[in-house]
Amino acid sequence: MTEFFLFLSQINPGELWGIVWLSLWVSGAGLLLATALALPLAALLALKRFPGRDAVVNILHTFMGLPPVVLGLLLYLLLSRAGPLGVLGLLYTPTAMILAQTILALPIVAALAHSAIVNVDPVVRQAAVTLGATARQQAFTVIREARYGIVSGIMAGFGRANAELGAVLIVGGNIAGYTRVMTTSIALETDKGNFELGIVLGLILLALSLLVNLALRRLQKRGQSAGAELSSWA
Amino acid sequence: MGLRIEVTKVAKAYNGNPVLRDCSYNFAPGLTYALQGPNGSGKSTLLRFLALLEAPDTGSVDYLENSTVLPINLELRRRFTLVLPRPGIFNTTVFNNVAYGLKIRGVKSGEIEARVDTILETVGLSHKRSQRALDLSSGETKRLGLARAMVLAPEILFLDEPTANIDPLNTDIIEEIILKMKAGGQTTILLITHDPAQAERLGDRLLLMKEGKLVPG
Repeated sequence: MTEFFLFLSQINPGELWGIVWLSLWVSGAGLLLATALALPLAALLALKRFPGRDAVVNILHTFMGLPPVVLGLLLYLLLSRAGPLGVLGLLYTPTAMILAQTILALPIVAALAHSAIVNVDPVVRQAAVTLGATARQQAFTVIREARYGIVSGIMAGFGRANAELGAVLIVGGNIAGYTRVMTTSIALETDKGNFELGIVLGLILLALSLLVNLALRRLQKRGQSAGAELSSWA
Repeated sequence: MGLRIEVTKVAKAYNGNPVLRDCSYNFAPGLTYALQGPNGSGKSTLLRFLALLEAPDTGSVDYLENSTVLPINLELRRRFTLVLPRPGIFNTTVFNNVAYGLKIRGVKSGEIEARVDTILETVGLSHKRSQRALDLSSGETKRLGLARAMVLAPEILFLDEPTANIDPLNTDIIEEIILKMKAGGQTTILLITHDPAQAERLGDRLLLMKEGKLVPG
């Protein structure tokens, strides 16, 4: 244990916080972008009928399980100098990593938000109609009723983005001080045999995930019925 | 003059089974109609047509004012409201539920506060103002549904089984509220009930849904 604390004291805090900050920035920005795109898409799929709607939902569900390394490879091919988007010079930049996180989190947030919206009791929308809501107000009412399910989707999206390694490693390149995030650092330190640093980074990653999820859960609990939990005698 | 509803030869069938057949009736303003009939006879279907939630297969539902048929638009829809058997309570506070209809009409917050508080007092839910509405009992939920409609001061109020599946105390409270509205003379009320005594207590006109048609009860 003493050795462990001795080891901790040797870690460069500036470098460590740089990695933590970049991880949060890449995951947070990716999640934010994914949520901004996913919510209108989920609402459209849940509330409007149009040809091909079921196909789009099926595609979303399929992409929930998109292997990050496959996405990383595709993005690499797109963003590399010889690729169609190579002129943008995005490969091995945090922007490319954010793009990867967005694409990975988007189907998860969209599919779970869609599921939350379609599962809102239809009587809620009818009630909104009877109270004089316009079509737009009805839609907002239904979406608001689904808000706790939507938060679950965002939580799942954050989990995916925060724990992601394959795609950000391929498109970010794990460049020290520029594109090195916690997951890529853990992989690197493990390769180098620095298991202690890998474990410390892993614990920080878990702690961050816990903090974000606690905040989102707190939000969710506000909408939970007192009767939703089993009584001690049940 | 007030709104008059003219139902003309309305028909509706579900899966080939006719529920309403050439159903016609004129609802005059300011009266309370109590509609009875067995389950599945088409009472709720008719109410949904009147509230413009659905359209009949054939026939028409017209709203008239000074003998002029009004166009069906948001303005007309906001002059009446329907309280569904399951009122569709929103997952928010009791206050926000009652305030909903006013907020979407752009009423100012000060006026919303005052009107909602008055209605909550009327339905006996003032003490639950900040409570989560989905945690209310079934009787309180029915009262909340009624409050949410009453706060809008509708010219016509459709009530689909306002006292079904609740205890006698809550039934008495709701009947009292309906009687007060009726005494005000400003609102046309059309309610569905399975209780003949309640229909007698509340209704100016008793109606029976029989073989898909409305007949005097």
